[in-house]
Amino acid sequence: MIIEHPLLGPRDAAEFVYLGDAAMIDRPDGMTVDDTGMHDYMYLRDNPAGDIRELWYHEQGDRSWLVVTRNTITHEITKVELARDVARRSGRSR
Amino acid sequence: MRYSAFKILKEALTGNRGWKPVWRHPEPNPEYDIIIVGGGGHGLATAYYLAKRFGLTNVAVLEKGWLGSGNIGRNTTIIRSNYLLEGNQPFYELSLKLWEGLEQDFNYNAMVSQRGIMNLIHSDAQRDAFVRRGNAMRLSGADAVILDRDGIREKCPFLDFDNARFPIQGAIWQPRGGTVRHDAVAWGYARGADERGVDIIQNCEVTGFQIENGVCHGVETSKGPIRAKKIAVCVAGSSSRVMEKAGMRLPIESHVLQAFVSEGLKPVIPGVITFGAGHFYVSQSNKGGLVFGGDIDGYNSYAQRGNLPVVEDVCEGGMAIMPMIGRARLLRMWGGIMDMSMDGSPFIDKTGIDGLYFNGGWCYGGFKATPASGFCYAHLLATGAPHPVAQHYRLDRFLRGAAIDEKGSGAQPNLH
Repeated sequence: MIIEHPLLGPRDAAEFVYLGDAAMIDRPDGMTVDDTGMHDYMYLRDNPAGDIRELWYHEQGDRSWLVVTRNTITHEITKVELARDVARRSGRSR
Repeated sequence: MRYSAFKILKEALTGNRGWKPVWRHPEPNPEYDIIIVGGGGHGLATAYYLAKRFGLTNVAVLEKGWLGSGNIGRNTTIIRSNYLLEGNQPFYELSLKLWEGLEQDFNYNAMVSQRGIMNLIHSDAQRDAFVRRGNAMRLSGADAVILDRDGIREKCPFLDFDNARFPIQGAIWQPRGGTVRHDAVAWGYARGADERGVDIIQNCEVTGFQIENGVCHGVETSKGPIRAKKIAVCVAGSSSRVMEKAGMRLPIESHVLQAFVSEGLKPVIPGVITFGAGHFYVSQSNKGGLVFGGDIDGYNSYAQRGNLPVVEDVCEGGMAIMPMIGRARLLRMWGGIMDMSMDGSPFIDKTGIDGLYFNGGWCYGGFKATPASGFCYAHLLATGAPHPVAQHYRLDRFLRGAAIDEKGSGAQPNLH
C-alpha cells in the first residue's frame, strides 16, 4: 500500500507503524471517566468492513501521526490527513 | 454411512456407485433448541459435540456460504499444545487430546499426523523462556523436550546452525504436535453432526437477531426468521460484523494473515519448524509442498489478501534458518481474516443478552483449537457453565484486568 503523506508525498506503508481506529484520538479524561468508560475506549472497537479512519505513525520518516481513511475490503486509501489537524479541528488545543 | 476397508473394496468392485452424499441439504425448521451461526470448523465441531456428547440434536448450523468455506480451509493445518499461561495451556492440551482420538471418534480420515513441532532457540534468554514454557506444558500433561544442537541435527541436518545473526542454540520439541488435513476436519464434523440429526443449512446468511427486552429469541436470515432458545455465534473473522447486528462492540479487530505453499518437493521437512528470532513457520504437506507463513499484515482488513512487505519478511525468516529453500518456487499464496483480540486469546462466553452466546477472537491460532473450542462451546451451551479449561475465555476479562497475554506484548491486536 502507498500512503499519500500530506507533507512528503507517496510513501510505502512499510515505513509506518499502525495503531488502529482514529477514534482513539478522543481519549476520555482519566480523572472523570469510570472504569467501564475507560475500558470501552481502550479495548472495544467498531472494526468496520468498509471505510475506516485509522492512525498510522510515520516511524521511518518524519514521525508524524496521520489519519488515513482506508477501505478495509479493498485496501483503497481515499484520504490522508495529519492527525494534528484532525485533533485541532475537534477542539483539542495540542 | 461408515467407512471401512471392506466398504472401499466392495465399492471398488462395484464401480463406486454406492457412495452417497454424507450430509443432507435441509430447509430450515421454524424453530430449534439451539442455532449455531457459522458453519466453519468451530461451528461444526460445536454441533457435533452437542449431538454426540450432550445428546442435543434439535440444532441447526447456519452458514452464509458453503460448509467450511472460511478459515478452516485457509489455514496452515498445524496442531500443537505449547502454550505457557494457565488460562491457555490446559485448553490447548485438551484440544490436542481430542485431535489424537478424532478420527476414531467421528470415523473419518482427517490425516492427523503427529510429526512433531520444533521451536528453534537462538539466544540464552530464549532458552530460559522455552525451558519455562516446556515445564508449563508438562505440568498440563503435555509433552515437551528441550533439544541441543546435536538433537536438532539428527532430525533437521539442513538448518543453518551457524547463521551469523541467528545461530541455532537449541529447540523445544513437542513430538505430539503435527498437522491435520484441514478440510476433512470440517467434513468429518459435518457428517457426524448431520447423521445425528443436526440440520446444516448452507447459503443462509444471518441478517439480524430477534432481541426483546434483553433476551434473544432467534435470528433473521436470508431464508426467513428462525427461532431458538439459544443462539451461538461462531464466526471468527467476521465476529464484529455479526455481533454488531446484536448491538455489541467487541475487543476484536479483523486482520489479514497470509500463507504460502511452494511447488511440490520430495520429503525433506520432518515436522513443523518455527524460527525463533522472527516469525516464520514451515511444514511439508503430504503432496510435497512447503506450507509456510509468518506475521499478520498488521492493519485492519477484511480482504482475503495481503501485501508484499510481509511476504518479504516471511521469506527472510525462511532463508535465515533454511537457505536450501531459496530455489523453491512459490506455488500459491493467500490470506485469511483473523479475529485479533486485544490480548491474543479467544472468547467462549455468554453475552450480556440472554440466550446469545459468543465464540471468537481466535487470532491466528484457531485451527488447532477446533476440537476443544467446539467441545467447550457445546459444554457452555448444554450446561450453562463454562468448561473448566475454557473458564478464562471471558468477554469481560479486560474490565477485570484478567487479560491472557500469552506473548506478553501488551493490549493491542496487531502486536500478537
